[in-house]
Amino acid sequence: MVDMDTNLIRMRAQPNGELVEVKLLMQHPMETGRRKNEAGLLVDAHFIQLVTITLNGNIVLEAQWGTGVAKDPYLSFALKNAKAGDLLEVTWHDNMGQSAQQRVRLN
Amino acid sequence: MQRRRFLLGMLAAMVLIPVKVLAAIWNKAAFESAQLDDASRHLAINDEIPSQDIVIKVPKRAENGAVVQVEITSHIANTEAFAIFAEKNPTPLIANYMFSDGVLPHIVTRIKMAETSDIKVVVKSGERYFVQSARVEVLEGGCG
Repeated sequence: MVDMDTNLIRMRAQPNGELVEVKLLMQHPMETGRRKNEAGLLVDAHFIQLVTITLNGNIVLEAQWGTGVAKDPYLSFALKNAKAGDLLEVTWHDNMGQSAQQRVRLN
Repeated sequence: MQRRRFLLGMLAAMVLIPVKVLAAIWNKAAFESAQLDDASRHLAINDEIPSQDIVIKVPKRAENGAVVQVEITSHIANTEAFAIFAEKNPTPLIANYMFSDGVLPHIVTRIKMAETSDIKVVVKSGERYFVQSARVEVLEGGCG
């Protein structure tokens, strides 16, 4: 994928008993399309629509988002059956055709 | 020149693929609904059953509606998905999460709220829908 930017997602995965807790911080303006800029002009809607999280290539969590998710989105969740060495990947796609991806090997 | 055009064409095609796939997946009608009932209908939600097995943790008061932290846990068996709504937002549907067996039906996220209203969560389990709400008082709206 040519337009992937891996610097736009920060991901931390931490084992907690049987679970692995994952925290994601994504860099994105999440513009609603209703905000006006300093010149009084409406700023185009620009927001993440789809977040896909896979473990070893299989989708474990998928999120569809609207404009109501806060700027620079935060998301945390917990994996149930993950083990050391598993590959965790997160990808987002926005309404302007941009996307970003991040991956981590679990400890 | 021809080669260059060919390469540019390739590039355009590669960039466009995810957009097309996305258009097929993203529930445009539900997310663009201005009324909560319409958004629910576009998600095929019906006969919502009130349930204490959905736990919503939100602040009672949010100083700034631009960032309201929401923690949601479903204790309902076979939770496949849950949708989050802010009742009085210009477009009430905030997000819809789909869970596999590999994750807990639990998330923490941050949302925008235009004004004081209920946060409503609808859990899908098979063909049944369960609902729970929590009120958040918003001191300054954050949906600009």
